[in-house]
Amino acid sequence: MPDFQIKKTPKDYDVCIVGSGAGGGMAAYVLAHAGIKVVLLEAGPLYDPAKNVTQLKWPWESPRRGASSPYRHFGDFDAAYGGWELEGEPYTHKNGTKFDWFRSRMLGGRTNHWGRISLRFGPKDFKRRSIDGLGDDWPIGYDDVAPYYDKVDKLIGVFGSKENLPNDPDSIFLPPPKPRLHELYIKEAGTKLNIPVIPSRLSILTKPINNERGACFYCSQCNRGCTVYGDFSSSSVLVNPALKTGNVDVIPNAMAREVITDSAGKATGISFVNKDDKQEYTVNAKVVILAASACESARLLLNSKSSLFPNGLANSSGVVGKYLHDSTGADMGGILPHLVGRKRYNEDGVGGMHVYSPWWLDNKKLDFPRGYHIEYYGGMGMPGYGFGFGMHGTNSRFAGRDGQKRGGGYGAALKDDYRYFYGATFGMSGRGEAVAREDNYCEIDPNVVDKFGIPVLRFHYNWSDFEIKQARHMKETFAEIIETMGGVVTWGKSTAEENYGLAAPGRIIHEVGTTRMGNDNRKSVVNKFNQAHDVKNLFVVDGGPFVSQADKNPTWTILALSMRASEYIIDELKKQNL
Amino acid sequence: MDRRKYLKTLAVGSLGATALLNQSCETPKEKTPELPTFTLDRTPDELKREHQLLSETFFDEHEMKTIRLLADIIIPKDETSGSASDAKVPEFIEFIVKDMPQHQIPMRGGLKWLDLQCMKRFNADFASCTAAQQIEIIDEIAYPEKAKPELAQGVAFFNRMRDLTACGFFTSEIGIKDLGYMGNQPNQWDGVPQDVLDQYGMKYDERTLAESVKFES
Repeated sequence: MPDFQIKKTPKDYDVCIVGSGAGGGMAAYVLAHAGIKVVLLEAGPLYDPAKNVTQLKWPWESPRRGASSPYRHFGDFDAAYGGWELEGEPYTHKNGTKFDWFRSRMLGGRTNHWGRISLRFGPKDFKRRSIDGLGDDWPIGYDDVAPYYDKVDKLIGVFGSKENLPNDPDSIFLPPPKPRLHELYIKEAGTKLNIPVIPSRLSILTKPINNERGACFYCSQCNRGCTVYGDFSSSSVLVNPALKTGNVDVIPNAMAREVITDSAGKATGISFVNKDDKQEYTVNAKVVILAASACESARLLLNSKSSLFPNGLANSSGVVGKYLHDSTGADMGGILPHLVGRKRYNEDGVGGMHVYSPWWLDNKKLDFPRGYHIEYYGGMGMPGYGFGFGMHGTNSRFAGRDGQKRGGGYGAALKDDYRYFYGATFGMSGRGEAVAREDNYCEIDPNVVDKFGIPVLRFHYNWSDFEIKQARHMKETFAEIIETMGGVVTWGKSTAEENYGLAAPGRIIHEVGTTRMGNDNRKSVVNKFNQAHDVKNLFVVDGGPFVSQADKNPTWTILALSMRASEYIIDELKKQNL
Repeated sequence: MDRRKYLKTLAVGSLGATALLNQSCETPKEKTPELPTFTLDRTPDELKREHQLLSETFFDEHEMKTIRLLADIIIPKDETSGSASDAKVPEFIEFIVKDMPQHQIPMRGGLKWLDLQCMKRFNADFASCTAAQQIEIIDEIAYPEKAKPELAQGVAFFNRMRDLTACGFFTSEIGIKDLGYMGNQPNQWDGVPQDVLDQYGMKYDERTLAESVKFES
C-alpha cells in the first residue's frame, strides 16, 4: 500500500456544505429540515457555548486577564478561536498593500465573535450604482430579500425599535433594553446635533422565542458565547438544531482543498485533509455549497483548477477574488468629567451597545459617496487586561477626588484615581461602506502553500479617497458628539497622514464581494440565487456574493441570502434541475 | 521569531549584566510549577502554550524583589483594600512579560536603569536603598510632565510599571472588590437606577419606557 492515498467517505450526500458560520449554518438548517441529507465540513473543532465556557468567568481566571493571545486574538474570554494570523496558514500581499484576514476555524466560525449587530440592508443598499454611479447594482432588490429577513428575524430573534427609516428597514423586533447612563448622554447630544441615536438592533433574546433557547440574563458577554443560547451563534441556533433532524453529518477539522468536478463540469464533491488523522479524503454530493467565508471560498474556487476550468472553478469571468471590500472603521473615545466618582450598580446590560446611530446624511451633499453607522461603548464594565493603562494621561488633565491633578504618581492617592475615573470613559466607532473595486482583490500566490500544501491567498488592497474622506467625516462627527456631551476627547484624534485613523482593510472583519452575484456571467460569479453561472450545482452562501457591502454589518444579509438560496436549492432538487 | 530562543538569549544577556552590577553570581532557580488546570475553555494549542509559559522563568530574584517593591509603592494597602503584592501583582507581571515579549526589554532594561541611577546617587541598587531614597528617585520619574528630560527613560519605565501594576491589581479578586464592579452575574437590566437618574438630571422619555423590555417585578 502506498504511504499516501485518498480515502473516499463511504456515504454519498445530497449536499456538501463547506463552512459552518452564518451562511453554512443557515444552509444546513434549512436543507436538513427539508429532509435533505447534508454533510457539513468544518475546518476547525466542534464548539458549543454551553460546553466550551468562558461566560461568567472572572478576569483572574485568565493568567493574562483576558488579553489577546496568538490563539484568540480577541482575548482569552472571547469565544472565537483564531485571529488575523493562524499558525502554518499564511497569506501574502502584493505591491506592499495591506489586508488583514481574520479566520476563526471552529464550529460556528466567526459568528462566535461577532457583536450580534443585526441590521437589514435597505432598498438603496442594493442599488448603489443607480444612486451614485459607483460600483454595481445587485441583481436583486430589498423586496426580494425582505421575506427572508422576516423569517430570519423570527427564527433567530433580534431586538430593536420600529423607526420607519427609509434605508434602515425595521425587523420584527423583540423589545430593546433601556439605555445605560452614558448612552443617555449620547442620545441627548445626538438630539442636539440632529444625529439619530436609536435602540441598537442585536440578535439577543430579551424575550424567549422557543423552548430551546433561554432569554438574555444581561451579563454583557455575548462575545464569550452564551451558555443558555440567549444570543445568536451559528453553532447553537442553526447547526445544533440541524443535527437534531438526523439529516446532517458534521465532519470537524476537515480542511477543504478543492471542489471536485466531473468531465461534464458538474461539481461532485469536496476533497479535504482531516487535521485529526492527517489523511486525505473526498466526500461526494449532488450539490456543493461553499460557505467558507468570502476569501476562503474564493481561494477554494481558484484552487479547483482543471482542464475544463483552467482559471479555477466558476471563474470564466475572471471575477473570483475581485471586488473584495471590508467595512471602513475609525474610532474615538473620551471621558465624561461629570461621571467621575459614580455610584456603583450593575451596568452590564446586553453584550454591546444599547443605542446606535444609523447613517443619517445625504451623500450628495458630502465629499464621499457612502455612509456609516456609529457604535457606542462605555460605562462600568468588567476590568480586563489594559484596565487603567495611561492613567498618567487622564489624571494630568482631570483632578482626582482630592482636587489634585496628579499627572501620574503612585500610592494611595493614585490608587483612588482608578476608582474615581472608573466608568467615566466611553468611546465610539464608525463602520462604513467602502466602494467595491475590481483592483482590490485576493488571488492565489503562485509561490506559497500552507502547512496542508494548499496554495495560499495573496491580497492586493488600497483604500481610495472615498474611504479616507469618510473616515475624516467620522472623526469630525465623533469629536462633535463628545464635545456636545460635555466630554473631552482622550484618544482617537488623528491626522491626514494617518488617513484619519481609517482601520487597515480586513480589521473590521466584514470582508465581502469576492464571488459577487449578477445577471451578466461575464461580470459576476453567481446568479441572483447564489448559484455559480458556470456550474449549476455549485452555490456560494457566505459574504462572497455581496455586490456592495452597505453601511451595515453583513451577517443578517448573509443569513437571509443563504436561506433564500437554500429554498431555491430545495426547489431545484425537486425539479431535478441540479 | 522562535520565542524560546529569544527568551534564552535574553536570559543569558541579563545574567551577565546582573552579575556585573551586583558583584554576585546567583543563578535564577528553575521553577517547576504544577501545571495548572483552567476554569475557562482552552483549546489543546492554548493549553500547550500556557504550560510552556508557566514552566519558564523570566525575572531573576533580584528583579522580582524590585518589582514587588515598586508594585507596592504604586498600589499600597489602604483602608479599602490590600496592596499590589497582596493581589499577586508581581506574579501577574512575571507571567505577562513571558506572554507578551514586547514588555521584556522595557521591563528588564527599566529595572536596570533604576538600579544604575540608584548606584550613582546612593551607591546601592534600588532594593537596597532606604525607603526615603527609593521615594526620592520615584518622585523624579513618577510625574511625566514634571520630570527632567534626562530622566525620560525612567519615566517611560515607571509609566509601564504603573500600568501593569494597576491592571494586575484591578483585575484581581481584591481589586475588583475594591473597585466595586457589581456585574458578571445573571440579573435583569431595567435601566439606570432612579436615584442615579435623579443625580444627573436624566430621565427615560416616554417612548423609551413604552417600548423597552419590561420585567415582572
